[in-house]
Amino acid sequence: MFQYRTEQMKALVRQWQLQSMVIPGIIWMFIFCYIPMFWLIIAFMDFSIAKPMLESPFVGLKHFQDFMTDDRFWRSIRNTLGMSTIKLVLGFPIPILFALLLNEIRGLRFKRTVQTISYLPHFIAWTIFGGIALNWLGEGGVINQLMMAIGFQDREILFNSDPKYFWWITFFTDTLKETGWSAIIYIAAIAGIDPGLYEAAELDGANRWQRMWHITVQSIRPTIAILFILAVSGILGSNFEQIFMLKNNMNMKMAESLDLYIYNMGLVSGRHSFSTAVLFARSIVALGLLLLANQTSKKLTGDSIF
Amino acid sequence: MARRGRFRRIGAFEVGNTLLMLAVCFLTLYPMWFVLVNSLNSPAQASLGTVNWFPKELSLASYSVAFNDKTLMNGFYITTMRTVIGTVVHVLFTAIVAYGMSKSNLMGRKLYLKISLITMLFSGGLIPSFILMTKLGLYDSFWVFIIPSMYTFFNMVIFMSFFRTIPDSLEESAKVDGASDYGVLFRIVLPNSMAVIATISLFSAVYHWNDYYQGVIYIHSQELLPLQTMLYKIIAENSMSFMQQQAMAQFGARLPGNSIKFASMMVATLPILIFYPFIQRYLVKGVMIGAIKG
Repeated sequence: MFQYRTEQMKALVRQWQLQSMVIPGIIWMFIFCYIPMFWLIIAFMDFSIAKPMLESPFVGLKHFQDFMTDDRFWRSIRNTLGMSTIKLVLGFPIPILFALLLNEIRGLRFKRTVQTISYLPHFIAWTIFGGIALNWLGEGGVINQLMMAIGFQDREILFNSDPKYFWWITFFTDTLKETGWSAIIYIAAIAGIDPGLYEAAELDGANRWQRMWHITVQSIRPTIAILFILAVSGILGSNFEQIFMLKNNMNMKMAESLDLYIYNMGLVSGRHSFSTAVLFARSIVALGLLLLANQTSKKLTGDSIF
Repeated sequence: MARRGRFRRIGAFEVGNTLLMLAVCFLTLYPMWFVLVNSLNSPAQASLGTVNWFPKELSLASYSVAFNDKTLMNGFYITTMRTVIGTVVHVLFTAIVAYGMSKSNLMGRKLYLKISLITMLFSGGLIPSFILMTKLGLYDSFWVFIIPSMYTFFNMVIFMSFFRTIPDSLEESAKVDGASDYGVLFRIVLPNSMAVIATISLFSAVYHWNDYYQGVIYIHSQELLPLQTMLYKIIAENSMSFMQQQAMAQFGARLPGNSIKFASMMVATLPILIFYPFIQRYLVKGVMIGAIKG
């Protein structure tokens, strides 16, 4: 045993250079990933940032009870689920459809140009993209002009300050910004399909739609399943950079997602322990959702992440 | 479909599909064009917010305001600095860790991977991170842009799998010549990994250039605000720097902020738009590698 240990120590010393490359990464992870996990414990305390953590009193589940009885918390749950559901039900198929239709384009050059242009907005900051959206949806903006010109509305609508439009604004801006980028992974999966399958189907007399459905869609089904699992497990999250940009005092009652609620409570109002309790509860539910979505997908389609 | 290589009649589907794709391109490009046109319009014209294909009265007045605005230019400087430093530090640090991890004979490799995988499943979140930054003295410091983003497990895996494809014979010949592990990494491995270095650098640079969230949460002092956080304040909170207010008074337009907003937006986006045609293939390559690993 002792002999074995010294052998190991010697080997460790021999590879000190390799170890000195890896260990800083482990230390970084310890500080920036593990310490924050450890700090989740303040969810059970009355923590004050000015004092050392251990001097703060334990209060058990007090903060959990507080947020469970807070109407604003339930409102933020409703907003998060509302926005996520629209995104999931209407938004999830859009990149798949785009990839399928782009795949039907025959001119290789045109196809590549469209693809390149389609993911440009992904690289534009939300400050810029959101800024354009706010401008277009505002008073006298492009959308109002367009809608009045084609007769859909007879007077200006203040889209930005009327809460009832907020969910749809997030959906449309997100679709415009991310469709091309999300489609890349499907386009790559489609490119990997054996062309022989299409030839065989054509000989069997399958038309365009039948080929699209029976060959293309069936071949990329595992990709779709994995991305769907991830999308479902992310249902309690929201795009903070987007919402933070588009929200204002007038639309807050539909705009405050769970993320924004945690931000507002924790950093604006300074209720660190309270917000951490919400964070804690959310990460447990999110983990549960991931496992649930994974199991469901495994049962229904045979495809899963783990 | 070129690969089926057979002549076929151009039907209604082809026409419709091509039109649809053109519409997608238009919807994608027009918003940026709108900003460009209005930033080049005279402030009075831009304030009308009408749809123009080209500037009605070509004017660089808004750009001159933007470029003469000391606060805005300071933001530009901070953003440039964090992009350059942040990217170099991220790529170097991540690549070095990845090289060590790419060696199967590394002792404790399995343990290190397990430690890393846990961080993919659980994380502290906003408030614990905020407390950590405060305790580390990173709150309201330039280094909050650099240190918390100097490493990601995801990019480490991309580097690591690339390094594993480099033939051992290359490294061995250097070892025979007496090179240390660091010597092999910097003289043999990294020069042979330019493609993956380019991809990761670009993702890191785009992140640093576009991020406004870190600035909102961790930065209090005006002189440390990155450009994008300033834009957030100008656009979403409608706050104007003193210079801008003066400029507005001078132009006396009805909704005078618009063209200046657009010019500032253009200044913040131009680097991305200019480089985009050259770098986009590296960006796509990156997401492919990521998708295969993930």
